[in-house]
Amino acid sequence: MGHAYTPGLRVARRTRVRKRRTLPLPGTVRVEVGERVRADQVVAETHLPGDVHSVNVVNRLGITPSEIREYMLKQEGDPVRKGEPIARAKAFFGLLKTEVPSPIDGSVETISTVTGQVLLRTPPKPVQVRAFIDGTVLEVEPGEGVVVETVATFIQGIFGVGRECWGRLAVLAPGPEAPLEPGAIRPEHRGALVVGGSLASYEAIARAREVGAAGVIAGGIHDEDLRRLLGYDLGVAITGEEEIGITVVVTEGFGEIAMAERTFRLLQERQGAQGSLSGATQIRAGVIRPEIILPYAGGDPAAEPEEEAVLGEMGIGDPVRCIRRPYFGRIGRVKSLPVELVQVESETRVRVVEVEFDGESAIVPRANVERIELG
Amino acid sequence: MSGVPNPDELRVIVATDCGSTTTKAILIERTEEGYRQTWRGEAPTTVEAPFEDVTRGVLNAIAEIEELSGRQILDGERIITPARGERGVDIYISTSSAGGGLQMLVAGAVKTMTAESAQRAALGAGAIVMDVLAANDGRLPHEKIERIRNLRPDMILLSGGTDGGTVSHVVELAEYIAAANPRPRLGGGYRLPVIYAGNKDAREQIRQLLGERMALCIVDNLRPTLERENLWPSRQKIQELFLEHVMAQAPGYKKLMAMTGAPIMPTPAAMGEMIRTIAAQLGLNVLGVDIGGATTDVFSSFRVEGAPEPVFNRTVSANLGMSYSISNVMARAGIDRVLRWVPFATDEAELRDAIKNKMIRPTTIPQQLEDLQIEQALAREALRGSLEEHRSLAVGLKGVQTERTISDALSQEASGASLVDMMRLELIVGSGGVLSHAPRRVQAFLMMLDAFEPEGITRLAVDSIFMMPHLGVLATIHPRASAEVFERDCMIPLGTAIAPRGTARKEGVRCLGYRIELPGGRVEQGEQPFGELRRLPLGRDEQATVELEPARGFDVGAGPGKTLRATVSGGEVGLVIDTRGRPLFMHEDRQRRFAQLRRWYEAMELYPAPKPIEVSAMAER
Repeated sequence: MGHAYTPGLRVARRTRVRKRRTLPLPGTVRVEVGERVRADQVVAETHLPGDVHSVNVVNRLGITPSEIREYMLKQEGDPVRKGEPIARAKAFFGLLKTEVPSPIDGSVETISTVTGQVLLRTPPKPVQVRAFIDGTVLEVEPGEGVVVETVATFIQGIFGVGRECWGRLAVLAPGPEAPLEPGAIRPEHRGALVVGGSLASYEAIARAREVGAAGVIAGGIHDEDLRRLLGYDLGVAITGEEEIGITVVVTEGFGEIAMAERTFRLLQERQGAQGSLSGATQIRAGVIRPEIILPYAGGDPAAEPEEEAVLGEMGIGDPVRCIRRPYFGRIGRVKSLPVELVQVESETRVRVVEVEFDGESAIVPRANVERIELG
Repeated sequence: MSGVPNPDELRVIVATDCGSTTTKAILIERTEEGYRQTWRGEAPTTVEAPFEDVTRGVLNAIAEIEELSGRQILDGERIITPARGERGVDIYISTSSAGGGLQMLVAGAVKTMTAESAQRAALGAGAIVMDVLAANDGRLPHEKIERIRNLRPDMILLSGGTDGGTVSHVVELAEYIAAANPRPRLGGGYRLPVIYAGNKDAREQIRQLLGERMALCIVDNLRPTLERENLWPSRQKIQELFLEHVMAQAPGYKKLMAMTGAPIMPTPAAMGEMIRTIAAQLGLNVLGVDIGGATTDVFSSFRVEGAPEPVFNRTVSANLGMSYSISNVMARAGIDRVLRWVPFATDEAELRDAIKNKMIRPTTIPQQLEDLQIEQALAREALRGSLEEHRSLAVGLKGVQTERTISDALSQEASGASLVDMMRLELIVGSGGVLSHAPRRVQAFLMMLDAFEPEGITRLAVDSIFMMPHLGVLATIHPRASAEVFERDCMIPLGTAIAPRGTARKEGVRCLGYRIELPGGRVEQGEQPFGELRRLPLGRDEQATVELEPARGFDVGAGPGKTLRATVSGGEVGLVIDTRGRPLFMHEDRQRRFAQLRRWYEAMELYPAPKPIEVSAMAER
């Protein structure tokens, strides 16, 4: 395979970020176009339909489905209280009554003359959608949601867990190769997004959670620590709903792996900025990556964002990082790009790249390196 | 989609399969000896950012063919048709499982009857079945409704009731679907397709309940009578809607559909067609497997007494695969089951990280031998898990018009997993990257032997470079071209395995006596004790006559302890005598198991010999 792509992760110093904030069901939008919003502000809300309970009225009354309407005390749309009769049958000139009580508080949804079932629904549950980022409302889709826009530093992580959160950015590692030290996380980091270099260990994440930090960002995480954090072995990478009391985003992968220098420098530059973090990841159809969004304070969306560098085809001299053993995590430069297939140690015949590390060079399958930008 | 040209005019064909991880392109050309597959290219699938357009990966894969073959196929982003000399192709065709494939919810009145028939219809059409709802599935109504609402399928297949029979069960299910009002997985801008294939007397009520909210399609009942299944109309409708609704929502598919000269088929449907054809042509009981990045599909075609045609089944293990799903293989099987195939100690924490990294960067390949061995260990567990799922679902009626008695139908669940009988199985065909691209063919052979544990005499074959899906879609427009390429370039016979059923308490006890007449009159005769693997050379077009005398308690197909004579075929691996037991006997103790595995792997010449340690390196230490 001649081509190899990094999973398309964006890292931008200053770019226009638009977030669509949509309700799961139609509801009410609470803001207007042009309005400035804060990350934690409710922009739209609705009510999710309650749970449905079915009651087989015809069986309980010993009637046929086509007769059901004659026996119903409540009709579609009527509210009901738990224990309140919804249908009644009388026998022996009204001396014997059989009643069907409602099992829930709620309302009557449907009455079926085919199956004789009555569906009842519990009261709706309120759902609120927040802005997630500090910005300006760009669009309103009445009843559906909004698009919030901002100019921000935008970084996609490779994997994350935990819900959306926001807070002040606190870079606590001295460099991209340094792990996040638990001792560096102090009570004043309550509500913050704390940043490490190469690793977020379980101990560091636990410490961050203990002081009440909102999120943790680092280059890598050990799978064992992730398992400990979640309480189970993650099989399929569809995340974002974990109730773990903190959001964790890694930018590079699993294991101890230095954060890309450019990413780390950008985060350092934005030290103290108010930002938003989402752990939601879906490594499947409709890929979703975790996001770090750091809006520029008072950011004017009209201000021109910077051009983003687009990494094209790999060329001689380009900086690359190895993403698989035996050189996993090592950074070097492309020395040559042989055209012919080469047999590597596993006897697989592949297209390779010759990478020069500090003074030594190695042959690596092209699929096992990714182009990077140095800070 | 442009019009399908006359098959006789097809001289140069380019076909792609857009998988979840990679897009594979092949070039097929008409030569003096008939149609041949000539060149191959591949590129990462580009459904994800930054491209979010599947055609980018298609063009990259085709560009690789251009580079290798010297034929110009692309003019910018356009495929040049028809072919003129060394320029262009006559048709472009494709299969696809990218974007998560086709994900369906099926519902039927009775779990073991219409619901199961509906499940088979969906699976046969190439879908991943997310859940099977039935009136009697044991879940409470609100649980069913909650489930429907949360699933977000691409499509729903609703069936229930025989024609003229009861309508209430199926209407009840429709009521639940209406109450849940589920949204489609991709894009909220269209109505969710629902196919109704149940009791024709309930059609009007179904229309009233679902007609406005859903994109409702009504087809013939898939179980018109209790004794008869009619899955074809549902399957066709599913594939039609797959193209119209689901594919059209995936990034770049509208463009792709405009590029192809024949309808895009779901990869598993195309692969299924090929397995069915092989089974019919060879007249064998066949098990086919396609192990991909996200899913593993298993197909089986078995002759059943009294049935006029073999029974075909397909299942998909949606979360067993070698890249996107690799972490789930580990989570499901557990690290110990994976590592039992690996003959060396490994750092568990490091291994866990490496597997997760493969999941998030799915196109990487094993550079080191140890990495390859670990990946092949995971493949064994993915294959084993998917066969388990297949055996539990391949339980019933054949596709169309099987006559069954009511008692058969009622006893179906009890008789369950009996269809795929490992002793009666005659041929295993493997496909998918980890099998087709294993550096040594014997590795594919042993992965399948270890994972499936076939019994008695079984032939094994592998898809040479993963092109069965391409040939499946080609067969829809040019069956002869597809058959010619399949025979010459696609199916690689690996050889035959002889594996007695039965087990013993320890290695070394008597298990199998054999006499093998090899081509050229050479005779191999002897005893192979319990716990061993032996590989004998027997070439692709060669056959041998075997006389097998199993020890008491062991069975090679004629019954325990009974002698069996048979003719066996060779292949790239040859003839393998496997007396490791069924079920496979492996030591619990790690060191003893390492020794056992090394012995087996050496006997099979599975991996290159370990590199000698350099003297200078030793001296430095």
